[in-house]
Amino acid sequence: MSEIQSARAEILSRIRSTIDASRAGAAETWQAIPRNYRQRSTLTSSEKLALLEDRLQDYGAGVHHAESSQLASVIARILHQRNKKRILVPRDIPPTWLPVGFTFVPDENAAYEAIDACDGVLTGCLLAIASTGTLALCHEPGQGRRALTLIPDYHLCIVEGSAVVETVPEAIHLLESRKQHPITLISGPSATADIEMTRIQGVHGPRVLDVVFIS
Amino acid sequence: MTPVKECAAPDFPTAALPLLHDIQLRSNVRHATDVIQGKRFRVVSEMPDWQSLRETGQRTREHTLQYLDSYLEQFEERCTAAGGHVHWARDAAEANRIVVQMAQNAMGRAIKIKSMTTEEIGLNRALEAAGIQPIETDLAELIIQLGHDKPSHIVVPALHKNRQQIRELFAYAMGQPHLGDRPEDLTEAARLYLRQQFMHTPVAISGANFLIAETGGVCIVESEGNGRMCLTLPRTLITIAGIDKVIPNFRDLEVLLQLLPRSATGERMNPYNSLWTGVHPGDGPQEFHVVLLDNRRTEILRDPEARETLHCIRCGACQNACPVYRQTGGHAYSSVYAGPIGAILTPQLALMKEGQSLPYASSLCGACYEVCPVKINIPEVLIHLRGRVVNARPKYLRALDLEAIAMRGMQWVFLSKMRLQLAQRLGRVAQIPWIRRSGWIERLPGMLGGWTRTRDLRPLPPQSFREWFQKRSPLPTEVPHE
Ligand code: SF4
Repeated sequence: MSEIQSARAEILSRIRSTIDASRAGAAETWQAIPRNYRQRSTLTSSEKLALLEDRLQDYGAGVHHAESSQLASVIARILHQRNKKRILVPRDIPPTWLPVGFTFVPDENAAYEAIDACDGVLTGCLLAIASTGTLALCHEPGQGRRALTLIPDYHLCIVEGSAVVETVPEAIHLLESRKQHPITLISGPSATADIEMTRIQGVHGPRVLDVVFIS
Repeated sequence: MTPVKECAAPDFPTAALPLLHDIQLRSNVRHATDVIQGKRFRVVSEMPDWQSLRETGQRTREHTLQYLDSYLEQFEERCTAAGGHVHWARDAAEANRIVVQMAQNAMGRAIKIKSMTTEEIGLNRALEAAGIQPIETDLAELIIQLGHDKPSHIVVPALHKNRQQIRELFAYAMGQPHLGDRPEDLTEAARLYLRQQFMHTPVAISGANFLIAETGGVCIVESEGNGRMCLTLPRTLITIAGIDKVIPNFRDLEVLLQLLPRSATGERMNPYNSLWTGVHPGDGPQEFHVVLLDNRRTEILRDPEARETLHCIRCGACQNACPVYRQTGGHAYSSVYAGPIGAILTPQLALMKEGQSLPYASSLCGACYEVCPVKINIPEVLIHLRGRVVNARPKYLRALDLEAIAMRGMQWVFLSKMRLQLAQRLGRVAQIPWIRRSGWIERLPGMLGGWTRTRDLRPLPPQSFREWFQKRSPLPTEVPHE
């Protein structure tokens, strides 16, 4: 450990030898950094939804709409179309979301193999960013731990219409209160362009992503 | 493909020469850089506030270096409070020792997320020497690893390989002789090959895109989900990051997460961004280590005119834009960092002892500066480093340097109209034996041969502009001068 201690001391002292001793406080200097980029949306909520839909489709995600009272039946239709029967859910998912006729497996600290054996996963999310087509999960109730939305080949994610923001700064602002959580930003199904820059959808994360907006 | 030597790196022109004759490689590189540039241009053009974002990005990076000591200490404190362990490493050997020691109980293997920093310190070799097999999980890195190759781009490390070449590698290494060569087939093969590794390997090693001082958190930006697998499923996660990766506050992500994906892969947002802070009970690895690596970054910090090199967020945009990189690809730089950023970073990381030819591997056209999301003035740093290369030579050698003498001669010629005209006339006569039937000069003698080694040259025209101007027929009516 003492070697590591001395490495620490040495690196820090080398840095300090380059530093202006008369510098002002870090916090106030950081505050003074100009921020002339867009930080607020100018769109109406329906424009935001339309933009988000466009971006998600651009990534190859499926987009669906539901009235909140109709959600379970919309979910049933999507799962049926995708031919998914055994669906993993976080333990605290709202029971009203779940249609009959499918097996919903609540996550009781399931082993990775058990997660892998499911056809897909159904979760909510904290918010969505329209301009980039991004879903933000901070893995609180209703969103599951991280492995849940990672191992299965199919992810169905529910987005509240009121949780859609337009810009990245608005999203980061809302995430501030959860910045100690694990956070996963998902923009479309997993993808790669490593082979001849051809975009291939679906590598290790879910290969298919469906999103339902509820109004 | 010419194998790239491990040590005793050849200088840039020497290393570039065989690559310039590799037509396949050049067309692969050209295609890949064209595609990324096109995508980048589209998604950057749709941002009305792009220049403001760049401005804030640059100011944020500059600010961070001014307070680097306190941000690193803050990161260490917060990360430790959240259950992580922070280690400091002065150089590559020290970092490798720390990682190897922590990976001892790894059951002989560790999965890895693509990380240029681990390439920089040669971690894979150190792991192998300790009997731990590193398994690269990024598709491109897997291609590199299976082909015993070297990365040639910081974002798309295998862009020099095309699908047939990748198919050959995979078919052999994965024992699948009937593998197809569509990108879909190859991706599927990698998915199946790696899935078991993800679920059963107890230790993962990653780099980091950002270390957040305010929270002690780490951010990783990726596309395939291999990163999420590595940072979520194993019991132990070890992250290695240069000390330059720290950012002050969580809020800085609102700028950097806009600049990086659009610049790197030309996407509005890359498929996955993961953030975690220390250890999260019941979710993800329950043991987490961060190794903060100096490896001469503090030396770079010491040079006020070159320290902006450390602003880099490794997006690779400068590589795609660089006319030199686009011709040679990454291997000519004999370093894990290629292209314009490599040309300034590599020689400094080597204390200007190696890679001295790299600051010259540029036409100083400024394309890199224009695309850099954090506005690093790479051409200016290149010129500054050229100065350092020259000044490092002993004075008497500098006086005898042929190039310097030739330049002084040129200066003397260019300073007088008469001397220039005389030189042009002489040149026109002297070049005659070297002009080929094609009308081009393909080879020049002596020192000038360096230019024609990889390029053809147009001969001096029979008439200079000045001569043409004097001899032209006078205008119909002379306009009197005011
Ligand atoms: S120097 Fe700028 S453009 Fe080049 S990789 Fe770094 S951040 Fe990107």
